[in-house]
Amino acid sequence: MDIDKDKSQQPEEKKVQSRRNVLKALVGIPVLGAFAYELLQNTSQYKKNESNIIKELNLEDIQKPVKILGSLKGDLIRIGIIGFGSRAEQLASGLGFLHPDEIKRKLPDGGLNDWLKQEDLNVAITGICEVFDLHAEKGLATAGCELLPGGAKPSGLAAKRYRTYQEMLDDKSIDAVVVATPDHHHARIATDAIKAGKHVYCEKSIALSEDELHEVYNAVKNSDRIFQLGHQITQNVVFQQAKEIMKREVLGKITLIETTVNRNTASGAWIRHLDENGNPKPGSLETIDWKQWLGNRPQKPFSIDRYYNWAKFFDYDTGMLGQLFSHEYDAVNQLMQIGIPKSAVSSGGIYYWKDNRDMPDTLNSVFEYPDRDLTLMFSATLANSRSRGRIFMGHDASMELGESLSITANYDSTKYQKQLESGVIDPNSPMITINPGSGNIDAVSSATEKYYSSRGLTSTYINGVAVDVTHLHLKEWINCIRNGGETSDNIDRAFEEGMTILMAQKSYVEKRRVEWDPILRKIV
Amino acid sequence: MLKSKPFTNLQAMTLVVLRLLIGWHLLFEGISKLMIPGWSSLGFLSESQWIMAGIAKWIIAHDAVLQVVDFMNIWGLIAIGLGLILGLFTRAAAISGAILVLLYYFNNAPIIGIEYSIPAEGSNLVVSKTLIEAIALFVLAVFPTDTFWGLDALISQYKNRKK
Repeated sequence: MDIDKDKSQQPEEKKVQSRRNVLKALVGIPVLGAFAYELLQNTSQYKKNESNIIKELNLEDIQKPVKILGSLKGDLIRIGIIGFGSRAEQLASGLGFLHPDEIKRKLPDGGLNDWLKQEDLNVAITGICEVFDLHAEKGLATAGCELLPGGAKPSGLAAKRYRTYQEMLDDKSIDAVVVATPDHHHARIATDAIKAGKHVYCEKSIALSEDELHEVYNAVKNSDRIFQLGHQITQNVVFQQAKEIMKREVLGKITLIETTVNRNTASGAWIRHLDENGNPKPGSLETIDWKQWLGNRPQKPFSIDRYYNWAKFFDYDTGMLGQLFSHEYDAVNQLMQIGIPKSAVSSGGIYYWKDNRDMPDTLNSVFEYPDRDLTLMFSATLANSRSRGRIFMGHDASMELGESLSITANYDSTKYQKQLESGVIDPNSPMITINPGSGNIDAVSSATEKYYSSRGLTSTYINGVAVDVTHLHLKEWINCIRNGGETSDNIDRAFEEGMTILMAQKSYVEKRRVEWDPILRKIV
Repeated sequence: MLKSKPFTNLQAMTLVVLRLLIGWHLLFEGISKLMIPGWSSLGFLSESQWIMAGIAKWIIAHDAVLQVVDFMNIWGLIAIGLGLILGLFTRAAAISGAILVLLYYFNNAPIIGIEYSIPAEGSNLVVSKTLIEAIALFVLAVFPTDTFWGLDALISQYKNRKK
């Protein structure tokens, strides 16, 4: 051994050297081990917080989006559209029909993909009733669209133009009508259509007077036809989850609901008669049947302002109440079944858009529900677009509900006192968010998700596909036509909404507090 | 045959620590995206406003492309992170990491006059931490430490022995 010492020294050193090299080469392994350990800690911490909150709020079974009923199979339904303005274009798209120009515009950059995935409702647009030639042509071209979503084939039925809505209602080949005229025609056309045996999808708002509202209500009640009022936001999956959350009383006793409108553009204030270059949009006495457009309203001379900006005038609309509060009210009524309030008081004025309008640009309406210990507030401005959201305020938490949902515990909550003290719930950030993208409940939300929740979307996500909510609302109507059942915005909901709007409008116009007499069924 | 030592011990150690830290960061970025249900780069891409805005818009508009991008992003980050930590295919990991992070930078660059609705982390003027991380990855590609500190060393040793 001793003799070999010199010789054995070298390989021994080499061995040490190479062992050291191997160790060096494995430097990443302990780092990866540390990473795995930290990751495990992090995940279990996250899970623990999340499951604690979700468990304590009793929300474990609404983790996943509610399943949406598919379109029911049935015979082709032939639909007539009455009034083909910009809203009707969206409704036609929801039914599965786009104008060829729109298809050409959207096709190249893939903007049509989600629309093409929209379910086929097996309907055809076979009638267009319009007082304006340009819009009528648009409607006919849309109805004849060859490219249909959901792999559907064109029905082969040509769409016909009707000069008056009565002509369309007399035509037995029309099964159902979509009413998308300016608001002053809604109640009368809907009433006549129901009486003529058509199913009716009527855009909000439903009526401008109590008499009209009672008329359409009685007509629908005395018929077996299906009525749906045009609201789409409650078709958002998030709303259905909100409904469940309301049932579990996560918010505690709710005594105040704040709904808002926050706009600050000319178009948002219904100044829409000019195109992008500031020139008047098309339309004249030669191309528009003005007498029919006015209907039973005061005979005013034709003006492009009145034609495009009708929402500004009380002759044709109830202003922001009919245009926007209707959606807010519907959202609250669908969630909480509040019905008609005991009293309403409105106050506001024309403070910014000082044109010829009747509609106030600043309006606050307050509705009292003493039986429910509840106040519903509507605060609207057309001169500031700071987002104020739609907020349900309970003793234990507030829920902000838009296209996404977020619930924040209240600092002084009794129910969550323990969790607030222990830090499981942080009163400064949402304890629950549901985002349209994932549909999942997130109890501890990440920055990306917080960012998502502040965004407004006009579609809802079902299995990762963006679905137009108007399409879902129309589908519900079509399904009921085929198979019976109640639409979510049936005539009862429409009546409650219509009356609530008329109360607030009366209060604004007469500058007094008004009340609902449930026995006489009238505003006093 | 072993290559001669390119760095002093201290130089090598600093570079290895840098490599391990960036690897750790990218690995967790990938894994956390994997763990968020329904995570998508849609939100990030829809914010893109500078030179990458066109391609970002195209990606968002095409569902299939977006899904591929999301998949590649998540697993790319995980693979690059693992590569950097373990010193496995280190140079490829560093270069692809640099390119990937540079893409993040170009989609969300703090250029004067462009504002994003995702709040920035810290205060940035043209240069952001994202850009620095991308350049650091280039540094790692140019000054390789895997000839001793990483599984690549074992692989090349094994290959040499075979020869």
